[in-house]
Amino acid sequence: MPDIVIHTNKLTKRFGNFIAADEITFEVEKGEIFGFLGANGAGKTTAMRMLCGLSAPSSGEATVAGFDVYKQTEQIKMNIGYMSQKFSLYEDLTVLENIYFFGGIYGLNKKDLKSKSEVLLNQLGMHHEAKKLVKTLPLGWKQKLAFSVAILHQPKIVFLDEPTGGVDPVTRRQFWDLIYEAAESGITIFVTTHYMDEAEYCNRISIMVDGKIKALDTPANLKKKYGATNMDEVFFELARGAKRAE
Amino acid sequence: MKKQLFIFIRKEFAHVMRDSKTLLVLFGLPIVQILIFGFALTNEVKNAKIMVVDRAHDVYSQQLIRKIEASRYFEIKTDGISNSNIEENFKAGAIKVALIIPSNFNQNLLHENAAELRIVADASDPNTANTLTNYLSSIIMDFQNEVNIHTTLPYKIIPEIRMLYNPQLKGVHNFVPGVMALVLMLVCVMMTAISIVKEKETGTMEILLVSPFKPILVLISKVIPYLILSLVNVCTILLLSVFVLNLPVNGSLLLLFAESTLFIITCLSIGVFISVKTDSQQTAMLISMMGMMLPTILFSGFMFPIENMPLPLQIVSNIIPSKWYYVIVKSIMIKGLGFSAIWKETLILFFITIILTGISLKSFKIRLA
Amino acid sequence: MMRTIRYLLQKEFKQIFRDKSILRIILIIPIVQLLLLPLAANYEVKNINLSVVDNDHSVYSNLLISKITASGYFKLQSYDASFKKAMGNIESDRSDLILEIPQNFENNLIRDNEEQLFVAVNAINGVKANLGGAYLNTIVRNFNGDIRLQLITPQKINPMPVIEITNANWYNPFMNYHLFMVPGILAFLVTMIGGFLCALNIVKEKEIGTIEQINVTPIKKYHFILGKLIPFWLIGLVVFSIGMLISYLVYGIVPLGSIAMLYGFVAVYLLAILGFGLLVSTFCQTQQQAMFIAFFFVMIFILMGGLFTSIDSMPPFAKIIAGLNPVSYMIDVMRMIVLKGSGFDDIKFHLLKIIGFAVVLNSWAILNYRKTT
Repeated sequence: MPDIVIHTNKLTKRFGNFIAADEITFEVEKGEIFGFLGANGAGKTTAMRMLCGLSAPSSGEATVAGFDVYKQTEQIKMNIGYMSQKFSLYEDLTVLENIYFFGGIYGLNKKDLKSKSEVLLNQLGMHHEAKKLVKTLPLGWKQKLAFSVAILHQPKIVFLDEPTGGVDPVTRRQFWDLIYEAAESGITIFVTTHYMDEAEYCNRISIMVDGKIKALDTPANLKKKYGATNMDEVFFELARGAKRAE
Repeated sequence: MKKQLFIFIRKEFAHVMRDSKTLLVLFGLPIVQILIFGFALTNEVKNAKIMVVDRAHDVYSQQLIRKIEASRYFEIKTDGISNSNIEENFKAGAIKVALIIPSNFNQNLLHENAAELRIVADASDPNTANTLTNYLSSIIMDFQNEVNIHTTLPYKIIPEIRMLYNPQLKGVHNFVPGVMALVLMLVCVMMTAISIVKEKETGTMEILLVSPFKPILVLISKVIPYLILSLVNVCTILLLSVFVLNLPVNGSLLLLFAESTLFIITCLSIGVFISVKTDSQQTAMLISMMGMMLPTILFSGFMFPIENMPLPLQIVSNIIPSKWYYVIVKSIMIKGLGFSAIWKETLILFFITIILTGISLKSFKIRLA
Repeated sequence: MMRTIRYLLQKEFKQIFRDKSILRIILIIPIVQLLLLPLAANYEVKNINLSVVDNDHSVYSNLLISKITASGYFKLQSYDASFKKAMGNIESDRSDLILEIPQNFENNLIRDNEEQLFVAVNAINGVKANLGGAYLNTIVRNFNGDIRLQLITPQKINPMPVIEITNANWYNPFMNYHLFMVPGILAFLVTMIGGFLCALNIVKEKEIGTIEQINVTPIKKYHFILGKLIPFWLIGLVVFSIGMLISYLVYGIVPLGSIAMLYGFVAVYLLAILGFGLLVSTFCQTQQQAMFIAFFFVMIFILMGGLFTSIDSMPPFAKIIAGLNPVSYMIDVMRMIVLKGSGFDDIKFHLLKIIGFAVVLNSWAILNYRKTT
C-alpha cells in the first residue's frame, strides 16, 4: 500500500450559485508528479487553493499530508510549499534576502539557512546574483528561484500553479529538471499547467472540465483510451463539451 | 472617428463606475464635505466655557453674570474662587476664558466711580482668545451703559452697521465656493493623472497609441468622462447648497456653469500635464496630493486668509487656479455679479489652460517620436 | 514565534529602506507641512481693507478716519466719491468694509447731540465681518469719548462710573499663531503617515501577489500583522520626533509638559491610527483604492478634528461625530501638553478613549483580515 499524501472525497466549492469545483475525488501518492489540467476557468486554481488551506471548501472532505483541510490548515501549511502563477518572491529584496526570509519563517535556523542557501545557489548557478534585487533577474530565473525557495524547508508536497507561464521551451525544460530532482528526493509535486508537453512529463494527470474531473490516469493510458497520438488530442476531446470556456 | 471616440469614452466610464471605492471619493467626498462645512464647521466662537471668579457677590456682579449667561457666546462653567483654580481648568481644557470680579465691585463702582475687571484668556488658541476677549469686553461695555442708564450721554455717534451678502454671518457663504474649487481640483487633477499614468504603467497606453487613433484623441477621450463627472459634481454641490444649506445662486446660473466648465478644463490640463511628466501611479498620486491639493486648501483663500500670509506666499497664491475660481464663484453665486466683474479672473484661467495644454501636447509628441 | 516576527521585521525594514520614495515622504512631508502650514494658517483678523466715503470733509471726519487707520486693524484702501463707487471696490474684493460719513456730520453732531455713521461690511466671511464691525465700533466709541471731553467743560460732566477692563493672555501672551498651529499640524502629520503608509503597504502585497505566498506559510495572522505594525509604529515615532525637532528649531516650541508623557500618548495613538490603516487595507485590493479610502476618511477626520475650527462651536450632533474621531483627541492632547503643560490627570480620559480606539480598530482589522477566503 503506497503512502497517500493527498486524499479528496467529493470536495466542492461554491461561490453563490456558481460551482467552481464539483465533487472532486482523487488521491495522490508520495513522490508522485501529479498534473492537474484544465481549460481556463475549469476550477484548477480553486481546487488547489482549497488544498493549500487558502480557501475553505463548501462541502466534501480532503486531507493533505494527513491533515484535514477544514480544521488543520496551519499544520498543512507547515508541510507544503506553494508557488503561484503570480510571481511570489519579493521583488525589492535580494535573492539571498528572499531565501533567508522564507527559510526563516519556516523555522530554519541560521546554520541551516546558510548551508541550504549555499546549496541552492550552486544548484541554480546564481552565485553572482545572490546580492542582486530579484526584480533585476530574467523571468525564467525568477521562476526557478521561486520554486527552489518553495521547497527550501523540504515540504512533503509542493503545489505549483502554472509555474512556467511566459518563458521559452528551453527554460521550461530546465525548470522541469528541478521538478524531477525534487520528486526524487521524495517531495510530492502537484502542478497545474496548460502546456500539453508538460503534461507528458507527469506521472499521472487529471483533466478538469467545468469543475468536474473528467479523466484521471497516466498520460500513456489516457492516450490509449482516447485513441490519441498526443495529449493535445486527449485534452481537446475532453474539453470540447465545456460550457464555461473563457 | 466619432464612433471610436464614443467607444473610448464608454470604456473610461466603465473603469470609473465599476469601482465602488473610486465612486466613494468621486461622489461621496463632495457630499460629505458640503455637509460637514455646512453643518459642523464654523469659525464662529460660541458656547465657550467661561469661569467667573466672583469675589464680590453683590448686586452688580450678579447682574453682570446674568448678562454673560444670557449671551449665546458663553456658557458659564463654574464659579471658581482663586487663580490656581483657573489654571487647573485651563490645563484640563475645561474653560477657555475666565472673568475675575474683585471684591467690593459694587462699592467701587458706585462710590469711587471706577472698578476694575480682569479677563484671563487661554491664549494657546489665540484666535478664540482674542474673539472671546472682544465679546466679553463688549458685554461689559453694555453692562456699564445699563448701570449708567440715568445719565444720558451727549454728542452720541451711532454707527449703523450693515452686513452685506450674508446678514446672518453664516459660514457656508465662504465654504461652498471653496469646496467647489477643492472637489473639482481633486476629481479632475488627481483622477485624470492617475488614470492616464495607470494606462502607461500597465502598458495599455501603448495599445491605444498603436490603434488608428490620433494621440490627441486618446487624451481627449481620457478627459471627457472626468469633465462630465465633474459637471455632475457641480450640480450636486449646487443642489445641496440651495436646497439643504439654503444658499441661493444670486447671479446667472448659466455663467456659473460656463465658468465651472472652464475651471474643470484648466484642472484637466493640469492632470494631463502631471501624467505626461510622470511614470508611476504612486508619483502621480503624490504630486497631485502634495503639489495640488495642499496648495488648493492653503491658497484658495477659503480656509486661510491670504492677506495674512507672508508676501512670497501671497505671490505664489496667484498661480493657483483655484484661487481665481474661488473668486469667480463667490462673485457670481453670492454677490450676484455678471461677467464684467470677473473677466480678468476668467482670462487668467484661460491662459493657464492654454499654457499647460501646450506643454503637455509638446512633450506627449516628443515621447511618441 | 519571536523568530518569525524577527524575520518579518527584517524583511519589512529592508523593503522600506530600499524604497527611496517612502523615505522621501517620511522626510519631506513633515518639513514642508511644518514650514508652510503655520505660515498660511493664520486666522488673525487684521489688514481689513477700508473704503471711506467722506461726505462731510470736516475736522471731525478727518480725525475719525485717522483714528481708524492708526488702529492697526484697518488699511485705507480708497477714498470714494460715492457709496456706489465704494461698493464697486467691495464687489471686486479690493475692500472689505465701507465707512460712509454723512454730510454735515460734524454740524449735526453738535446741533442735534446725535448723528449716525453708515458702515457696510462684506460678510461672506462671517467671522471677519463680525470682528471687523466690532473693531470699528470700539474705535468709534473711543472717538466719541474723546470729542465729548473736548466739547464739554469738565465741571459739566456728571461723574460717571467707569469699568476698566484689563486682560491677560495666558500660555501665549504675544498671541503667536504658530504656537497654536504647529502642535496640531504635528498631530495631523502622524495621522497621515500612520494611516496612509500602513494601508498602502499591506495592499501592495495583495496587489503584487506576495501575500498569497505568505498565506500558505505557517505564519500566524497576528505574526503578519505585528510584522506590519511595528515598523510603521517606529516610523510614526521617528516622524513625530523629526516634527518636534523642526518645531523647536524653527518655531522655538518646547513642550511645557512632560515629553515622556507626550511620547507615551503618541505611541498609543499610533496604534489606533495604524489599526485604522490596517482596517482600510482589509477592504481594498489595489493601492489606488486604499489611497482613495484613506484619503476620504482622513479628510473627514482632519476637518472634524478641530485643527482649523473649534469643536466647541460645533452643533451637538457634530460634537458627537467629533467624539468618534481619534484625531480630535490627538490634536487636543498635543495642544494641552505642549502649550499648557497639562498633566496626566488632565489627559487621562483622552488616553482611555484612544486605547479604546486602538483596541476596537485593531480587533476589527484582525477579524476582517483572513488568511483563507
